[in-house]
Amino acid sequence: MESIARSQSATGPGVPASTERPLIYRQSRWTRLTHWLWAISLFFMLLSGLQIFNARPQLYIGKQSGFGYHNTILEIGAENTSAGPRGFTEIFGHRFDTTGVLGWSGPAGNETARGFPSWATIPSYYDLGTARVIHFFFAWILTTTLLVWLVASLINGHIRRDLAPRLDDLKRLPQDIVDHAKLKFHHTREYNTLQKMAYGGVLFVLLPLMIITGLAMSPSMNSVLPFLNELLGGRQTARTIHFTVMLLLVGFFIIHILMILAAGPINELRSIITGWYRTDPTAHDDKTSEA
Amino acid sequence: MTKFQISRRKFLTAASLGASGMMLSGCDAFDSQLSIGSGLRSFLENANGLTYRAQRLLAGRDALAPEFTEADIRQPQRPNGVTSPDDDTYKGLLANNFADWRLEVSGLVEKPLSLTREQLQNMPSRTQITRHDCVEGWSCIAKWTGTPLSLLLDQAVVKPQARYVMFHCLDTIDRSLSGDIKYYGTIDLIDARHPQTILAYGLNGKPLPVENGAPLRVRVERQLGYKMPKYLYKIELVDGFANVGGGRGGYWEDNGYDWYGGI
Repeated sequence: MESIARSQSATGPGVPASTERPLIYRQSRWTRLTHWLWAISLFFMLLSGLQIFNARPQLYIGKQSGFGYHNTILEIGAENTSAGPRGFTEIFGHRFDTTGVLGWSGPAGNETARGFPSWATIPSYYDLGTARVIHFFFAWILTTTLLVWLVASLINGHIRRDLAPRLDDLKRLPQDIVDHAKLKFHHTREYNTLQKMAYGGVLFVLLPLMIITGLAMSPSMNSVLPFLNELLGGRQTARTIHFTVMLLLVGFFIIHILMILAAGPINELRSIITGWYRTDPTAHDDKTSEA
Repeated sequence: MTKFQISRRKFLTAASLGASGMMLSGCDAFDSQLSIGSGLRSFLENANGLTYRAQRLLAGRDALAPEFTEADIRQPQRPNGVTSPDDDTYKGLLANNFADWRLEVSGLVEKPLSLTREQLQNMPSRTQITRHDCVEGWSCIAKWTGTPLSLLLDQAVVKPQARYVMFHCLDTIDRSLSGDIKYYGTIDLIDARHPQTILAYGLNGKPLPVENGAPLRVRVERQLGYKMPKYLYKIELVDGFANVGGGRGGYWEDNGYDWYGGI
C-alpha cells in the first residue's frame, strides 16, 4: 500500500471502489484546513488587489513613479480615438487594444475608464478604501495560515515526507513532464516532481515574496525594515513584483484547476475535503517509498 | 420528530461547494455588505486595528522613515487632491502672500498659540529628503523643510488628556447638504512627536507651492499621503474623534479609509 504504482495509467473517476484501488488517508486536517483558508483569502486578496491596482493602473521600476521621467513598464488606460474611447494596455512600450476588458469596460453604452473590469474587482464599483479593508483583513488570514501550516507541517512531517525534493524527483522529472503532457496521472500517496515544484514554489517562494513585497510598500514598515526596499530595488519595483507574483499565482491556480479536472475531480476534491484519496491499484515496484 | 443528521464528510463537502459557488457568483455579490457601518465591513475593519497595533509595536516611537539623497530628487513633487483651493478665504490670503495668515494651536493646550509665517520660519527647522507614498500606489521623492511639530506642541504645552492632533485646512474637499467640507485629519501624539513630523513650508529648496499646500502642510513620513493635510491653518489638540467630522478621525477616514495609513 505504501509502494508507488508506476505502470498503471489513471482510471477515470466514477469507477466503483474496489479493493485494488484502496482509499488512503492522504491529507492531514492541517493541510486541508489551510488549503481552504488560502483559497478563500487568495480569492478576496486578488479581487480587492485588482481594485487597489485600479487606483493607479501603472507599474514602475525603481524607488518612485516617473512623472517627470520614464520608468513605467506597464500601463492600463483609456484614450479617445476617432472610433470613440478605447481601452489599451501598454507593456514595455508595446501597446495593445484591450477595450472591453482592460482600460475601458462596462455594460454596453455604459462603459467607463477603469483598469480591471468590474467583474474582476471587489467592490465592483470604484472604492479604494473598502478594497484596502478587505485586502489587509485577508492579508492577516493568509499570513497566519501560512505560519500555522508551516508549524503543523514541520511537526506532522508533511514538508519532509511530501514536499522535500529528493534525488529521485530529479531523476523522474523528464518522465513526469512527459506523463503530464500526455495527461497520464498516477494516483499515489506521494506527490510527483512537478507537484512538489508547484506546491513548494507557491508555499516557499511566491507567498513569502508576496508578503515581503507587501510589507515593502508600507511606509511604516520601511522605518522598521529599511533594507527591504534596497534589496528589492525600491518601493515601486516592490509593487511591480507584488503584481507579477499575483500573475504567477493566478497562473498556478488555473493549472491547478486544470490538473484536478484532468486527474479526476471527485477523487482530488475528496482528498482535500475529507483527506481520503483513492490510489491506483497497488503494484509492486522496484521503488518503494519510505514507510 | 426526525433526527437531523449530517455526516462530517457531507458537511465539509457542502460547505466547500457553497463557498465556491459564492465565489463564482460574481463580485457585486459583496457590494451591499461593504458600506460603512454595515456588520460585515465593521468586522473586517477590526483588522485595521490589528495592523495599527502591529506597526506601532514594530516601529515604536522613533524609528525613522528612509531618507534619500539629492540625486533621488528627479522630478517636481506630484500634487494630488485639491491643488488650487477655490475658497475665498484662501484666495484672499494668497493674494496677500499669506501676510495675514496665522497658524493657530488650540484645544487641549495650556497656552494657545497664533503664529505668523515668519515666526514659524524663525523656529528651528528640519530638512529631509523623503518618499511620498500615495494611497493610490505611486511614490515621489522630494526635499521638505519645516518646523518640527513637537516644538509647537512643547511651546503650547499639551494637556494630559489630549490624545490626538487635529489638522484644520483651508481647502474645500467636498460639498454636502450642510455646506462645504474643508479637509481635516488627525494623527496621534506618537506620530505628532516623531522627529520627522514637520509642518513644511519649503519644498525642494523653494517656498511650498500652492499645489503642494502653501503656506503650510503636514509631513508624517511613516504614513501615506492622505494623512498629510495641506493648506493648514489650525492645529487642535483633542481627546477623541467625537467632534472630528463623521467621527472616524479624518475626511478620508469618514469615506472608508483606515485611520492609520501606515500600509
